[in-house]
Amino acid sequence: MASTTSPTLPRALPPSRLPSISPLSFTVLVVVGALFLVSMGQVAPSPEKLANGLPRMAELVGRMLPPNTDPGFLQRMGWRILETLQIALVGTVFGVVISLPMGWLAARGISPLGAFRHFPRALISLFRTVPDLVWALLFVSTLGLGAVAGTMTIVVDTIGFCGRFFAEAMEEADKKPQEALHAIGANRVTVLCGAILPDVMPTLINSSLFALEKAVRASVVLGLVGAGGIGQELKVAFDLFQYRNASAIILAIFIIVLAMEFLTDRLRAKFQ
Amino acid sequence: MERVPTEHVPVPPLAGLRPANTGNPPIGPLVKPPAPVLAPQIIGARGLAKTYPNGQAVFAGVDLDIRADQRVALIGSNGAGKSTLLKCLIGLLPSTHGEITTLGERFLAAPNAAQLTRLRRQIGFVFQNHGLVGRQSVLTNVIQGKLGLPGSWRAWHHALARQEWREEAMAVLAEVRLADKASARADQLSGGQAQRVAIARALIRRPRLLIADEPAASLDPAVGRDIMRIFSELARDHGITLVYTTHDMQHALDYSDRIVALKDGKVHFDRPTTRVSLRDMDGVFHG
Ligand SMILES: Nc1ncnc2c1ncn2[C@@H]1O[C@H](COP(=O)(O)OP(=O)(O)OP(=O)(O)O)[C@@H](O)[C@H]1O
Ligand SMILES: [Mg+2]
Repeated sequence: MASTTSPTLPRALPPSRLPSISPLSFTVLVVVGALFLVSMGQVAPSPEKLANGLPRMAELVGRMLPPNTDPGFLQRMGWRILETLQIALVGTVFGVVISLPMGWLAARGISPLGAFRHFPRALISLFRTVPDLVWALLFVSTLGLGAVAGTMTIVVDTIGFCGRFFAEAMEEADKKPQEALHAIGANRVTVLCGAILPDVMPTLINSSLFALEKAVRASVVLGLVGAGGIGQELKVAFDLFQYRNASAIILAIFIIVLAMEFLTDRLRAKFQ
Repeated sequence: MERVPTEHVPVPPLAGLRPANTGNPPIGPLVKPPAPVLAPQIIGARGLAKTYPNGQAVFAGVDLDIRADQRVALIGSNGAGKSTLLKCLIGLLPSTHGEITTLGERFLAAPNAAQLTRLRRQIGFVFQNHGLVGRQSVLTNVIQGKLGLPGSWRAWHHALARQEWREEAMAVLAEVRLADKASARADQLSGGQAQRVAIARALIRRPRLLIADEPAASLDPAVGRDIMRIFSELARDHGITLVYTTHDMQHALDYSDRIVALKDGKVHFDRPTTRVSLRDMDGVFHG
């Protein structure tokens, strides 16, 4: 057979332009498509609804303008904004501090709990997957209305977020120094403090700053369910049809969140 | 070497390697007339065998007798089992067969917890790629060498460590000529400087036995020789027994009193360095 092969190699054809699709993928695609069409009919705004809604939206905006700049109102708003930031700051700091041991207990290959590390892991997942407004409702009904419920919500939220990232960062920390210290008989806590934490510090700071940013955004809306902060003022404004107050508050929220993002960005760059 | 691993037989101390061997050096463990003066035994292994749980047999029937003040080079090709043997000898890895007596601790597979603690307190380690904590200062890295010793719980950072240890760390850094780098971050050092810090971290334990697994492997030839020289001189000056592995024939010949070669799961030869030729060395890796 070797003698009959032609000296020119067979030309390889370029792959087809269209991706080939398996029958299973095709079925899934059709089902999802059908689901989408049916759902759209049920929940998407109909053209009439939009046509009616738009003028009302315009009317609302008109009633919101100009934002209220009455000094008495601005002062009250200022205190509420301060409370919002306090909730965010205190909640984040507590959350980060609790996340450190939680992340350590949950980290694969590092946790002193062995297979039981799945318990802290599951707790962190629970904290993360239940939305913050639900936590806020829970805390409002157990701790009462006000900022304390808000702070607790941020603590839980932060543990859900930071606990996971801290654990992952510790799992990815450089293994060689850890092995070097374990070999001479260093215990787990000194290895954590002496080798793991220094190694992952930039990641820890990064996630904590993200958590703070997230907490400010979250604490703004917590007031809607009575957990303190500026959101409470916003709810009152809407409930009492004080739209010029509402617009001032929305503007303030916009500025706070932007300022926070700017600040954390700067800090992150500094700690890289 | 046709010896079957002898199990748990208390063995009288074998002869050291002081007397010159006559004639063709024997292959295998030396059982020679006793030396006039025997230095204390540091490591003794009888019929040592290691098979990893996955079935990988690394070596069998290894006898080894290392005495104080010796500097021993352990050579062999990649996968010959040098690292595994080192770890077994100091109890960091359980062996499958045989008896080990290291620094007076006698154990079969692995030392018990108390023995392991005592062993670790007397042993210093230097690894390939140093294993320093990159984002910590040189001084902190050196002081961390004290971890595992009594009262060392604060030694994970130099700012918390007790004053004598901070001073001791500076003294050890001076010995490896790095005192001026004490507050530099470890990840800003060159490879040779980092390895010197690793040596300082091992020395600060004041170990009786220093174990080094390819201490010069990732260094350029000049720096590698420098490291080996610092190593062997410090070991000699401080009366520390040094056992190191290397792939560099010259490092083995220049910085040891004795060379142990591993090949095909056996001790291929075990002789005073002065009696090892380059051809012997070649035989370890070829044929
Ligand atoms: N944890 C392990 N589990 C199973 N097999 C292992 C393990 N560690 C090493 N081995 C095997 O044991 C043998 C000896 O490995 P070892 O690392 O001791 O060799 P070495 O002489 O140190 O090699 P090198 O010169 O490359 O460092 C190798 O075949 C290796 O694949
Ligand atoms: Mg090795």
